[in-house]
Amino acid sequence: MTSNYLYIIRPGINTTFQDKGRDHLYHIGIPFSGAMDNRNYLIANKLVNNNLDASVIEFAYQGPHIKYSGEKINFAVTGDVIFSIKKKDTEIEGNCYESYQIENGDEINIISTNKSVYGYLALGGKLDLKFQWKSCSINTKANIGSNNGKKLDVGQRINLKKINSNKDIKKINYINTKIENIRVIKGTNFDYFSEEGKKIFYEKEFTVSKLSDRMGMRLEGPKIDNIVNTNIKSEGLIKGVIQVPADGNPIIMLSDHGTIGGYPKIGVVASVDYDRLVQMSPGSKIKFKEINLSDAETLFKLYEMETQNLLSQI
Amino acid sequence: MIKNISNLGDAALYCDFGNEVNKSINLQVIKYFKTIKEKKIEGINNLTPSYNKLIISYDLKKINFKEVKHYVENINVEDSIDINSKKLEIPVCCDESFTLDIKRLEEILNLRREKIFENFFNKEYFCYMTGFIAGMPFLGDLDENMRAQRLETPRIKVPKGSVALTEQFANIYTFESPGGWNILGNTPLDIFDSSKEDKPNLINPGDTVIFKEITLDQYKNYND
Repeated sequence: MTSNYLYIIRPGINTTFQDKGRDHLYHIGIPFSGAMDNRNYLIANKLVNNNLDASVIEFAYQGPHIKYSGEKINFAVTGDVIFSIKKKDTEIEGNCYESYQIENGDEINIISTNKSVYGYLALGGKLDLKFQWKSCSINTKANIGSNNGKKLDVGQRINLKKINSNKDIKKINYINTKIENIRVIKGTNFDYFSEEGKKIFYEKEFTVSKLSDRMGMRLEGPKIDNIVNTNIKSEGLIKGVIQVPADGNPIIMLSDHGTIGGYPKIGVVASVDYDRLVQMSPGSKIKFKEINLSDAETLFKLYEMETQNLLSQI
Repeated sequence: MIKNISNLGDAALYCDFGNEVNKSINLQVIKYFKTIKEKKIEGINNLTPSYNKLIISYDLKKINFKEVKHYVENINVEDSIDINSKKLEIPVCCDESFTLDIKRLEEILNLRREKIFENFFNKEYFCYMTGFIAGMPFLGDLDENMRAQRLETPRIKVPKGSVALTEQFANIYTFESPGGWNILGNTPLDIFDSSKEDKPNLINPGDTVIFKEITLDQYKNYND
């Protein structure tokens, strides 16, 4: 009988368990899922001496308020997040990218993400979760993953299977950079759009709409005019594909996307910019910049090296 | 055969088998899909077959476009490969509580509902692909006189089990989800079951499906 657990006083808006996601299932209709911002997910695990593929708690906008029961454990929060730690009679403001030790009765209150969307809470140990297809990642649309595929709820108890014996406190200086342009590679239906439409896509600003979630990011702005067909024969989709339906407003596919879609693809977000894209909150302005495949591959390689470098400093 | 290979972003290969939608092109796609899937190439993390395209996505940390393209161009796909197809009978109830778009279909198709049901049930369907939502089968082909466009405004919630039509295809909503297809019935069968990890989908690409009409009583007692 485990006696180490988290009690959810307030779940937050969209709080789920996530990890590296699940692959080899697109053909069945199951998307990748997994942590939206992969770099922040990895850093969170490293800060609490976990394996890099461990399960963490992902939250959007407002995070959870949690009370901890059990033996001493480390935790860390990553992203651009405002949170506090309550211990007996004191409450202190927490810093992201720094691990803390808590004990029986302490509380973590994740108040909000700051001008961003997703944040991560990692506990130094193993959460006791049910896996589906080797992943805990919750997909609330298909009800797949741990917690019966549902987001965390008030009054819920999350047990810990194991607490790491390595309780070294870790810290890293890291600031989430914002980028002005999201780099994209030309899509397979780029020529479905008018010359004016193509120009608008690369030169005008779009606004991230409130109707954005883990499935997709909807954009508002000048309409992109289609001159061939506003539908294509349905075909596979991947993370980062930018579809433009008949109304002319682009939709970017994110981690829980439908696996098949029938709207023309004007572009695909380069892998290097995916982590930063998902952090753009409703109301943010977005501009696209075209790059070619070989530049995209090189930029991703550099981004990945930078991630590995950050992890090695922890 | 693959007519053209291009990149979809920096982490996927877009294999184009042509623009038509027919069984023979789709079988080619399915054969490529099965062959590549069985080889379990390190770095390839997903394959999405559809009517006439195959998208191969990969982990850019492990492999790149050039390497995957070279691999696909040189792969030997046996025409005789067994795609392991099954023939399935799916019970569908057309009680008026389920036929949400039958009036609309009567108007668009200019057919009476009895005739629409007759056409729908007297037909063998081929599963081209599964997806959009988990396990949803895309079944074809409906006769010319049964083809309707999708709803102008999609529903926010389509009930689980809904059987619906659009253009030359029929599909089944495997769980409650948004959707814009014309609904003409509901099946009590679980088409997708996430607790069966090795075989979550009842219907798979290449399978043959026939629909069998059941009464509301049979529907209600189906899972007893």
